[in-house]
Amino acid sequence: MKLSSFAMNALKLVSRLIFVLFLALSLNACREHSITAVESDTDIAVAYGDTIIMGTIGDATNLLAPLASDASSSAIIGHVYNGLIRYDKDMHFEGDLAESWDVSADGREITFHLRRGVTWHDGEPFTAADVMFTYRLMIDPKTPTAYADRYKQVELASAPDPYTFKVRYAEPLAPALVSWAMGICPAHLLEGEDITTSPLARNPIGTGPFRFVKWEPGEKIVLERNEDYFGGAPYIKRVVYRIVPDTTTMFLELQSGGLDYMGLTPLQYARQTDSPAFMRRFNKFRYPAFVYTYMGYNLRKPMFQDKRVRQAISYAIDKQEIVDGVLLGLGQPATGPYKPGSWPYNPDVQRYPYAPDKARVLLDAAGWKITGTNKIRQKEGEKLAFTIVTNQGNDQRIKAGEIIQRRLQEVGIEVKLRVIEWASFLKEFIQPGKFDATILGWTIPVDPDGYNIWHSSKTGAQELNFIAYRNPEVDELLEQGRRVIDIELRKPIYYRLQQILAEDVPYTFLYVPDSLPVVARRFHGIEEAPAGIMHNFDKWYVPQSQQKYKR
Amino acid sequence: MLIYILKKLAQMVPLLLGITLISFTVIHLAPGEPTDLQTEMNPEASTELKERLRTEYGLDKPLLVQYATWVKRLVQLDFGRSFSQDRRPVWDKITERLPITLLINLLSMGLIIVTAVPLGIAAAVKRDSWFDRITTLLVFIGFAAPSFWLALLLMDWLGVYLGIVPVSGVKSFGYEYLSKVEQVLDVGHHLILPVFISAVGGVAGFSRYMRSNMLEVIRQDYILTARAKGLSERVVIGKHALRNALLPLITILGLAVPGLIGGSVIFESIFAVPGMGKLFYDGVMMRDYPLIMGILVIGAAMTLVGNMLADVGYALADPRIRRR
Repeated sequence: MKLSSFAMNALKLVSRLIFVLFLALSLNACREHSITAVESDTDIAVAYGDTIIMGTIGDATNLLAPLASDASSSAIIGHVYNGLIRYDKDMHFEGDLAESWDVSADGREITFHLRRGVTWHDGEPFTAADVMFTYRLMIDPKTPTAYADRYKQVELASAPDPYTFKVRYAEPLAPALVSWAMGICPAHLLEGEDITTSPLARNPIGTGPFRFVKWEPGEKIVLERNEDYFGGAPYIKRVVYRIVPDTTTMFLELQSGGLDYMGLTPLQYARQTDSPAFMRRFNKFRYPAFVYTYMGYNLRKPMFQDKRVRQAISYAIDKQEIVDGVLLGLGQPATGPYKPGSWPYNPDVQRYPYAPDKARVLLDAAGWKITGTNKIRQKEGEKLAFTIVTNQGNDQRIKAGEIIQRRLQEVGIEVKLRVIEWASFLKEFIQPGKFDATILGWTIPVDPDGYNIWHSSKTGAQELNFIAYRNPEVDELLEQGRRVIDIELRKPIYYRLQQILAEDVPYTFLYVPDSLPVVARRFHGIEEAPAGIMHNFDKWYVPQSQQKYKR
Repeated sequence: MLIYILKKLAQMVPLLLGITLISFTVIHLAPGEPTDLQTEMNPEASTELKERLRTEYGLDKPLLVQYATWVKRLVQLDFGRSFSQDRRPVWDKITERLPITLLINLLSMGLIIVTAVPLGIAAAVKRDSWFDRITTLLVFIGFAAPSFWLALLLMDWLGVYLGIVPVSGVKSFGYEYLSKVEQVLDVGHHLILPVFISAVGGVAGFSRYMRSNMLEVIRQDYILTARAKGLSERVVIGKHALRNALLPLITILGLAVPGLIGGSVIFESIFAVPGMGKLFYDGVMMRDYPLIMGILVIGAAMTLVGNMLADVGYALADPRIRRR
């Protein structure tokens, strides 16, 4: 009796499972069907509703704007909070929580005129008190934020009325404006609280187009449209960030319909997404990312103190070959620290096209000569040999290193490549300056101020000019550049800076990769611009007939 | 028996302390500190923050003092707060990841036992038959195939091409709207692939083990005696041989106890399962000392408990050991 009831249960379970399998199959069939339907004009009318599921590699860590510094947290924060200002699609400033702003004639004072009638997600009104609170939070020594520096340059902050906020700086500071693009925090919920243990870190309340719903750690983060958003409620009802740590799995998940958005790897973009079946279901995008990869020379080493050696190495490296080999052509060779096409970018600097003969001439001139049967150049009995260090986990950098290794060998330079785990890499090699050369990357900030990276005062331990680059003219340009507000006046300063960097070659700039996002075809209204595709995310929509998630 | 258990338990305390002291030292010896990673290579970060964080985390104190503070808190069952940016209690971070890891490991352990034991016995009984040769071949393929590769192949075939199992994750989108029964089925549906994959290697190894055990036992005199008594082959194998061949299983199960809370990073990353392996890996990469120590302590405690359970289980099952 007991056995038979067990058997019955097992049978039921099996039939249940079969049913589920069939259901899954038939759902799949339906989906294929609806996608192949022909689109007419009425089919693509703007409509509210549907959910977008975005794939992300890492979980967020902290959803309070001052404490977050990783990409996943920043993406969520960007939906939930607003700054006073933000970048528009062309990477110019536009008002966000501030309707407008004035900069005084001497460039030292900024007055923000705040938007009226904005409410926090809990219904409380937003006022200048919130801005004031956020400013105080940033300069509070108890706040463990990495971004305090720029706020500390404020000499006086005041809120003369609930909709005006003024800051005065001791000196004009061009990058100051950017700092007000950071998410403003709600004073009424955080005043007097210990920010490091605030529940808002996991349950944020902002003013943004989407309000936070829930966070299942390691799994997903769910946001829902803010109906009262001051910029107009977004069309998409719900945004889900799903954490899929492996890009191959993420791609399979995308194909199976479990994701609507992901960033493709160059391999996926170039080789795995050209099938008609894929193109019918997804739109691929491609535009330069805001990052560049470089090889930096430790200028404390005698070998690299001769400019000709650095120039020779730059000539000996085929940058296009690296772009083709590492990025499968989905990127471009870099010529300097700014993004091609952005306003500080100077297209007219000395370039280092692949020219091994020039490299040989320069190396000979610098005294590094091939003698007798040696294959490696020597000078005063010392071999021209060095080690490139880079961090584990970034295949592109490692591959670039291998290509460089081979090319340099051809001109008589012996190169070793060492790959080290990130924490040890920083602690044992970069910080104490115990390396010859390194392959690393920087994000390209929208404001061209590169003070922390190039200025000779920033060469101390743990500072970012770890290659110890010192050039008095560069120092002067960097100091000037951040004290001038007007773009037209700043342009020549940064143009000149790029010329010097190209001539001095403290870094050999390698490449700027492309961003390769892919979005399910049912999402309309996506506009590709210099800022990428996410700038008008709240205006993306799915026509009624194509909506997939009805609830 | 009770005294035996209590004695074993008492012995565990200094052992556990020793383990924690060694792990604590080793972790702090690894280059890099949590503060480096939160402030380093960030063009906006000031160095001052790093010093502040070091003081706040107590990293400026001597190692032994840090260890003492940590033990003092541990005795009150307080694992401290994570050093990562979320600064959540370590206990919360572990407990929210534990259930899914436990579930997958228990299911795959069950699957391993259910398939490997009969497989091993059959292979031993029909030694050198075609069946034995084919299972041997399959087992070695199972051993040799990298599980991540097998996982990706199956995901592509069953998940994308046929669309009959979910590719990754543990719950469907819209899980909240399902009834309790559907929720269980949904999770079960998601776990088919991960449990299968995590069991493959285990089945391979375990069935080999079972086979050699069984071969060992079959050669014994008492089996010959049983056969000579005229017992049917069924009884000889099923009763006399099997019970003896299963004894070492207790040791293996005991040793597998700490494995229950451990997950593999590769496995969890591929299946997007929010489990312990990824948590621990990220913790190590971030040099999140409290989190690493928390997981290590639990792992160490479970290893010791597992060993003890194996000892006790052995004593219960094998009269020869009990009498000693």
